[in-house]
Amino acid sequence: MSRKEITVLEDLLSSNKKIAREIREHLTSRGILTVNLLSSPGSGKTSLLERIAEILWPEHRLAVIEGDIETDLDASRIKARGVPAWQITTGGACHLEARMIARLLAEIPEETEFLFIENVGNLVCPAAYDLGENLRLVLLSIPEGEDKPLKYPKAFLTAHCLVITKIDLLPHIPFDLEKTKREARKINPQLAIFTTSARTGEGIRELVDYLFQQRERWLKSHA
Amino acid sequence: MWTISFSKENDGLNPMHELSLVASLFEILEAQRKKEGFKKITAVRLRCGTFSGVVPECLETAFEIYKKETHASEARLILEVVPVKFRCRRCGHEETAQDLPFICSVCQEQDIEILDGTELTLVSIEAEI
Repeated sequence: MSRKEITVLEDLLSSNKKIAREIREHLTSRGILTVNLLSSPGSGKTSLLERIAEILWPEHRLAVIEGDIETDLDASRIKARGVPAWQITTGGACHLEARMIARLLAEIPEETEFLFIENVGNLVCPAAYDLGENLRLVLLSIPEGEDKPLKYPKAFLTAHCLVITKIDLLPHIPFDLEKTKREARKINPQLAIFTTSARTGEGIRELVDYLFQQRERWLKSHA
Repeated sequence: MWTISFSKENDGLNPMHELSLVASLFEILEAQRKKEGFKKITAVRLRCGTFSGVVPECLETAFEIYKKETHASEARLILEVVPVKFRCRRCGHEETAQDLPFICSVCQEQDIEILDGTELTLVSIEAEI
């Protein structure tokens, strides 16, 4: 019996990365800007999407993929507005993977301009998986506390945009908004930052304008 | 149909993402074993960046769970932890990061490019043939 050692040098995420690249290529060529939303559970991803849909729909076409461990509650909320939505239940997995999104590509309507993917509520694991998005949004709600960017750096470092949500709670909760922005920019100086409230609608329009700019930028660079 | 359900049984998904990654690792190991005609895998060397989003201890636990009843059931996992290395986009200085935030120690610039430390790579396999 003899022994042998072989060099492999293969990235364990290579199959996910390959599928993600194909998704990005496919959706961008169809004129769709894909946005991956990351946050802790309960920081308001679905409520933010409802508000965004209110502004966009039906003049502008969007579609939503909801990721959760169980239930189709979130997709139902979006569908109730007439917006095409799909629910992925992961059966326990803490994140979405590119191959899950790939299965739904054929169903995304032709005229779609924005595809939002709401990841499983978790600031750790989803940060490691490219879903083929053009834009990664990370949400941080006022009640969660200002230390999140420093505690979960990978999510904030890989994101393009930070949305601070539930800003209407600011008078009731000790939260240093400027310090949070400073710390988030310490982790990632390129972060675009928006402050929003899904309850009052504050800041949503500015965020939507940013999404339109990003879509234009992507389509231009792809043309 | 607007709900798609995935499960551990059918899709190899696991509640800890390190287990999902180890499942990918074993797919690669099995493919290599067949290709090379290995009888038994005795060691697996992985390079794991400190900023890969993976907890080395979880990866080790996942490996021990997964290897049972495979051709790597007696294999050792050798983990090489790689620190974050970055290059400053302003002055071009390269350094190993000690801690967050990643700031150039020469010119204090924060606009940096990460060169190393985000990877999770299967480096090599040792086997009996």
